[in-house]
Amino acid sequence: MRKLRLPLDEETIVSLNCGEEVLLSGYIYTARDAAHKRMMDDIPFEIKDSTIYYVGPSAFKPGEIYGSCGPTTASRMDAYTPYLLDKGLKCIIAKGKRSKEVREALVRNKAVYFVTVGGLGAYLKKCVKEVKDIAYPDLGTEAIRRLYIEDFPAFVGIDTKGQDIYE
Amino acid sequence: MYDESTRFKIQDAYEKSEGRERNVLKLLIENEKLAKENNIPLCQDTGMAVVNMEIGQDVRLVDGDIKEAVNDGVRRAYLDAYLRCSVVDDPLFSRINTKDNTPALIHYEIVSGENIKITCLAKGFGSENASKLVMLNPSDGLEGVKKEVLEQVKLKGANACPPLSIGIGIGGSFDYAAYMAKKALMREEEYNSDSRYKELEIELKEMINELSIGPAGLKGKNTCLSVKIEYYPTHIAGLPLGININCHAVRKAVINL
Repeated sequence: MRKLRLPLDEETIVSLNCGEEVLLSGYIYTARDAAHKRMMDDIPFEIKDSTIYYVGPSAFKPGEIYGSCGPTTASRMDAYTPYLLDKGLKCIIAKGKRSKEVREALVRNKAVYFVTVGGLGAYLKKCVKEVKDIAYPDLGTEAIRRLYIEDFPAFVGIDTKGQDIYE
Repeated sequence: MYDESTRFKIQDAYEKSEGRERNVLKLLIENEKLAKENNIPLCQDTGMAVVNMEIGQDVRLVDGDIKEAVNDGVRRAYLDAYLRCSVVDDPLFSRINTKDNTPALIHYEIVSGENIKITCLAKGFGSENASKLVMLNPSDGLEGVKKEVLEQVKLKGANACPPLSIGIGIGGSFDYAAYMAKKALMREEEYNSDSRYKELEIELKEMINELSIGPAGLKGKNTCLSVKIEYYPTHIAGLPLGININCHAVRKAVINL
């Protein structure tokens, strides 16, 4: 299984093939429905070459740093995604099918959509090593945070050639 | 935690599969083990609480309000166990989180006897969003029901975190078909006691698994773990059909008082 370190350089990104199993390590930003809506006005982190993970973690016990954190359904973010990709977003991690517009924006920007397994919350929590608040704390579970992840299991969902695992 | 039956079925599917499908199922099994060992939710969407109460007609409830008692239980469960509070106060305008996951969705049914049976389901919304209610024509018949179910799973199944458990309500009315679909999902018995509906449950499960959507939608033979159907008499002019989809995380509990 291929181990990848984020951010990915262009050579690595274009070498990824739809369906490939990977382990991701590095910094990622969390954002889902409400944060995406706000990012249309102002993106509160350096979007260029970044990775966004669609997640709204569960609460967690005192002494822990993060909750259960499986992916949420990507299609709800489809309306916002092409804009963010055109701004320099390189990788997305989530689950489920994407629209034609998202697929085209991924190809156009040589970006990749990774899929991880829905409902894998407890397992993925184990991969989160560091958490930093970035923006929108009022959104609670939907706030933007920066996570440092290690060996986070994922599959290439849509590659830079536009091949789609769900097709 | 999975309910017993789901845990068994996922383990069984894992042992019989190979390649990427097997790897995905292995992740699901390891995930549930980790959740259990660390006493944390296996999925971050710990759902909206659905509570079905079958109250014996000889029971008299005293000292308080039943709805408040249920909501108090939900509040304590979600806050004390650090589950995610995912309920907003108003669906359309304010959408402000109630911060304790109340109110629950409560259904009451008066039955004979002197007991209370409470069935709870922590229902995630990735799969709830994949559900559908449709008013078929009587002429659509059995084939129409099969076609609708398959088309819905084909369209939304991959997003609903398969392997899926599916509850189906057939007959009644617009509202009752949806209620029966949820009730079917929460049913303990694997099959309907009517052999015709049992056959349909088995056939639909096989047909769904032939769609090759697979665990997590990443292809494979295990798309559906169970199909459960409830039915009810309906009007001469109608054939209501409710399709309620649950992800692999069936978190269900039953208590008899």
